[in-house]
Amino acid sequence: MAGEQSASKKPAVITVNTVWCKGCEICVAFCPKDCLEMEGGKCKVARPDDCIKCMLCELRCPDFAITVE
Amino acid sequence: MFDYLQYVRQENFPHIWCSGCGDGIVLKALIRSMDKLGLSQDETVMVSGIGCSSRTPGYVDINTLHTTHGRALAFATGVKIANPDLNVIVVTGDGDATAIGGNHFIHAARRNIDLTVLLYNNYIYGMTGGQCSPTTPRGAYASTAQHGNLEPPFNISGLAIAAGASFVARGDVYNVKKLETLIGKALQKKGFSLVEVVSPCPTAFGRRNRMARPVKMMEQLRDTVVSVEKWEKMTDEERKGKFRTGILKDIEKPEFTAEYAKLIEKMRPEE
Repeated sequence: MAGEQSASKKPAVITVNTVWCKGCEICVAFCPKDCLEMEGGKCKVARPDDCIKCMLCELRCPDFAITVE
Repeated sequence: MFDYLQYVRQENFPHIWCSGCGDGIVLKALIRSMDKLGLSQDETVMVSGIGCSSRTPGYVDINTLHTTHGRALAFATGVKIANPDLNVIVVTGDGDATAIGGNHFIHAARRNIDLTVLLYNNYIYGMTGGQCSPTTPRGAYASTAQHGNLEPPFNISGLAIAAGASFVARGDVYNVKKLETLIGKALQKKGFSLVEVVSPCPTAFGRRNRMARPVKMMEQLRDTVVSVEKWEKMTDEERKGKFRTGILKDIEKPEFTAEYAKLIEKMRPEE
């Protein structure tokens, strides 16, 4: 469909600053598409293709450690 | 993606707050509101007292003042009267503002001076080791309430309303977009405006109250927050254990620095 070709369908780029991340798991627990996982006490982007760019992880990260583009 | 880095002092990161502390979430909501309103970083002053929340000014790249325990509002009043053109934001906590600085709090509200107060309510004294604060719920455990707290808590928003604040809202760090809107409204209000932000403290409060995991505290927020609109339609039975968020008061009344400027004009000798 035409809508699927729009710019907003570009795959999300999720970046985690592991130096600032304190591993609270808030982003992992409340991601509606289950894109994130914990690894070694820090957030890890496991399934970026599933991301719908709802931005909730970025908005709720207390450590300024996660961004979604 | 929002670029927070232009508003923060990156050299001070990672910040001092514990894993899962809500204070960072509030700071981010404040930064987004400031950005949306186009507040100048040079004409905005942030004043804080002592406590976890009061560490906030150390991380924001605006004019900042980290003052003495409970006295943030007194310092902020001085800043605002000296230069009423500045946007003055006060960042404080439940202990700082309603115990040690309780008198400053009610009188700043009564005076209706144009300050925006962000009060992070985490129900505990986090930094000093989890002692009971004026908002620790009845029955909750704290380092000074090993068998459960006996005292009823303050309703901070209710206190500010009764004391005469012109804008009072309550938000929480689970519903971040709503929090951002409330902070934006408070920043725009001419008069004493308070946003009470319910923010979890997993370390000092959660660990003593079976919510050691930050996610558990966020889930508890999600399940107990009710919007003011929905609150109105609920019965007393349904309201048990819940609290409302949204705008609780928004009125127009004479603002102190404006009244002071009028007085100066009136007293000026005629040419």
